[in-house]
Amino acid sequence: MLVFIIRRSLQSVVVLLAMSLIVFVGVYAIGNPIDILINPQADQIDRERAIAALGLDRPLWEQYLVFLQGALGGDFGRSFVHATSALRLILEKMPATLELAFTAMLIAIVLGIPLGLWAGLKPNALSGRAIMAGSILGFSLPTFWVGLMLIMVFSVMLGWLPSNGRGATVDLLGVPVSFLTVDGLRHLLMPATNLALFNLALLIRLTRSGAHEALLQDYVKFARAKGLSNRRVIGVHVLRNILIPVVTVIGLQFGSLIAFAIVTESVFAWPGMGKLLIDSINLLDRPVIVAYLLVIVTFFILINLAVDILYSALDPRVRLTEAKG
Amino acid sequence: MSTLRVQAPSAARPPQSPFRRIVDDFFANPVATFGFGLLCLIVFFAIFAPLISPQNPYDLAQIDVMDGRLPPGSPTATGGTFWLGTDDQGRDMLSAIFYGLRISLAVGAASTVLALVIGLAAGLAAAYVGGRFEALVMRIVDIQLSFPAILIALILIAVLGQGTGKVITALVTIQWAYYARTVRSAALVEKRKEYIEAARCLALPPSHIVFRHLLPNCLPPLIVVATVQVAAAIALEATLSFLGLGLPITEPSLGLLIANGYQYLLSGKYWISFFPGIALLLTIVSINLVADQLRDVLNPRLQR
Amino acid sequence: MDRLLDVEGLRTHFFTRAGVVKAVDDVSFTLERGEVLGLVGESGSGKSITGYSIMGLVDPPGRIVEGSIRLDGRELTALDPDAMRSLRGNRVAMIFQDPMMTLNPVLRVDVQMTEAIHAHDNVTAAAALERARDALARVGIPSPDERLRAYPHQFSGGMRQRVAIAIALLNKPDLIIADEPTTALDVTIQGQILYEVQKLARETGTALVWITHDLSVVAGLADRVCVMYAGRIVEQGSTEQVLNAPAHPYTQGLLDSVPSRNVRGARLRQIPGMTPSLLDLAPGCAFRERCSRADAACAIAPAMDLDPADPLRGVRCHHPLVAWT
Repeated sequence: MLVFIIRRSLQSVVVLLAMSLIVFVGVYAIGNPIDILINPQADQIDRERAIAALGLDRPLWEQYLVFLQGALGGDFGRSFVHATSALRLILEKMPATLELAFTAMLIAIVLGIPLGLWAGLKPNALSGRAIMAGSILGFSLPTFWVGLMLIMVFSVMLGWLPSNGRGATVDLLGVPVSFLTVDGLRHLLMPATNLALFNLALLIRLTRSGAHEALLQDYVKFARAKGLSNRRVIGVHVLRNILIPVVTVIGLQFGSLIAFAIVTESVFAWPGMGKLLIDSINLLDRPVIVAYLLVIVTFFILINLAVDILYSALDPRVRLTEAKG
Repeated sequence: MSTLRVQAPSAARPPQSPFRRIVDDFFANPVATFGFGLLCLIVFFAIFAPLISPQNPYDLAQIDVMDGRLPPGSPTATGGTFWLGTDDQGRDMLSAIFYGLRISLAVGAASTVLALVIGLAAGLAAAYVGGRFEALVMRIVDIQLSFPAILIALILIAVLGQGTGKVITALVTIQWAYYARTVRSAALVEKRKEYIEAARCLALPPSHIVFRHLLPNCLPPLIVVATVQVAAAIALEATLSFLGLGLPITEPSLGLLIANGYQYLLSGKYWISFFPGIALLLTIVSINLVADQLRDVLNPRLQR
Repeated sequence: MDRLLDVEGLRTHFFTRAGVVKAVDDVSFTLERGEVLGLVGESGSGKSITGYSIMGLVDPPGRIVEGSIRLDGRELTALDPDAMRSLRGNRVAMIFQDPMMTLNPVLRVDVQMTEAIHAHDNVTAAAALERARDALARVGIPSPDERLRAYPHQFSGGMRQRVAIAIALLNKPDLIIADEPTTALDVTIQGQILYEVQKLARETGTALVWITHDLSVVAGLADRVCVMYAGRIVEQGSTEQVLNAPAHPYTQGLLDSVPSRNVRGARLRQIPGMTPSLLDLAPGCAFRERCSRADAACAIAPAMDLDPADPLRGVRCHHPLVAWT
């Protein structure tokens, strides 16, 4: 097991380096690095000074090493707009995005798995079919449009929930969180539900097909032949088997949730990393864009690593073959 | 498996061609038939938009900003009706939606076709050549697929800049990996069958093996993936346009129309965003319904 | 005193989109305590479904449409699901064909054994574990303590089947239905398992219904034999009677096609034709198309003709090879 973790970690580092190279090439070689890293409002003298300081007149590989060095030290340059370290800006906004993403994932899991299980157990009942039809909607509805509709119904027409922004925050272990206040929850509800929709539909379909397939397996028949109660057959035998792919999907989807939050944050003006990214793209605040990309890529790689480890922990067959191999 | 396998009656019906059978099975499901019908209608609207729209919303001579923000059902100056209302510039929403459908569908289809060709070529090559080449290609595919589409799209737009060509490039770059992976898996299954070895022993040219044998086996899953991906491409383009990073204003897709209406939402003028959204929704839902049924019909495991 | 098992006129049909599959069509047999009955037939003859029908494990779209199954005088077809469940794994147990698929791959062996105990008996976890350990030792599995904590895929095929047998014996059932338990194993292991099962059955006085397509298995193991074809029993009797003096042409055909029964150098004898599809069964004797003795009379389905001198001996044929005197 330890060997497995070490091996996967090393692979992750390799991928991380590769991604940093790609981002570097994308920014420094394809785009015009001068435009990207130097404030377009700077005048000629400042530009020349900046070029020298940033080493843009040096050979490419040297620039990459400097870039890498800076990246490891957390220095991605300073934001043009906010005049603070780009990384610091991102880290400030991260808790809001994480809060949104976690809440959305929670909603998707709490609703998705039971509904999917139900649909899998009763595929021909009206309720089962209704759930599946609903899940197609969840896939098809573009997230941003649903967000707009939610605002239209719950904020404009009914006036129940606020249409934008984050609610009052409270400090939890030094990190500001808003789900501990009523006002915070009111602000959190719509964006989190909006973000959860796609994953909800995904989980419903996944759980349902998993349950459907599991029920056809011999071990279910054998479990019934032993005289086990239906509750035990479904709750232990079937569930343990379908949880494995479901958990891995949840893990992998978490990363995409953070990415999708970009859209939701824009619709609901939620002050997270995603909104920061969109604003930066529109304002051409390129150091922030670069910093965001690298932070997100790191995030992804870490998540993939965690999911791999989790998967091997859950499925005894994988665990043991790894140990032998 | 211990479940009972039922042999289909062999001589009970005259043999049907596979295509006929697929078509029959497809339309056996009323929901899928409805989806297909809806899709045909939408495509019809898109293609014939200039002919059926009450107004050309992008001809400045035909719009009057004084007509702006009228609710649905308001009368026009010439005695007609703005069935779905007007936007802030006085454009008839119905016409704008037809034109927008055109652009959304065109961009979605174009990027899908391009991505399909590239992905198909890459997947077939990887499966056939094998070895290091295959490993490399699939590694790239895996890494790319592990990142969400929206992120890749944003990175590309940020680097390349905006514009229709860039958006299509971004969409193609995102999608080719799905096709490559699907094609390669299907081709691998076929490649492992013994008759391919036999064909190789007979020194049949690789192109023959690839096109006559590997390719046809990939088509069913490819069709399903492509259909789903068209919907995904349309949705992604709409999202990008909504964020202001997609198509330029000169080519207003449904996403842009929705974005236009966003600011009027809070003042109750919902129709500027609502109706384009419905159009988008119907497009995507109908494509997904068709894709779902195609998947069931083309799935060999469910054939018995 | 009641017979242990009395199956009468059992019909289990599957209502599929393509038509009705009469998997079991008028099957009747009896079983005394401690007796071993061999149920022989090709794939599709209905023998497995007969076993499932007795256990009440027929899945939709199938169901028992007619007939009675009496276990110790109790009518099983009339029982509600809970009552049936309390019998399964308790008074009547089942062993399946492929042990890899019948044991749940993600659960440990001890869990899968003790749950069978807990479903029917109120004992402590420690007591259940003790019983499980004893059961494993009884079927000849070395170091049972270690094995209990292992996962199914860590066992070889033969050992897994032994585990399945151990589970079947856990609650000391009166009847065990074994559905081709040795088909998926190596020939050498087959012999071992057969011997073990026979020994255990004799020791515990458990009755066995051994479902197989292999006549040689039946020859050494069973007291009585029922030969099934296309959902019906075509011949029944003691093993000696059926194998040495077969009355039905099909049985004769089966015996003839065993290679060792043929003269070296001569052409191997086969039964011409193929098993009929159960969807399209023509009226009349199902074996008609393939039988060298068939004539116009066979267009009417023959009834089971019992030997008046020995009611356990019977044949369903208009032109049997042996006539009852």
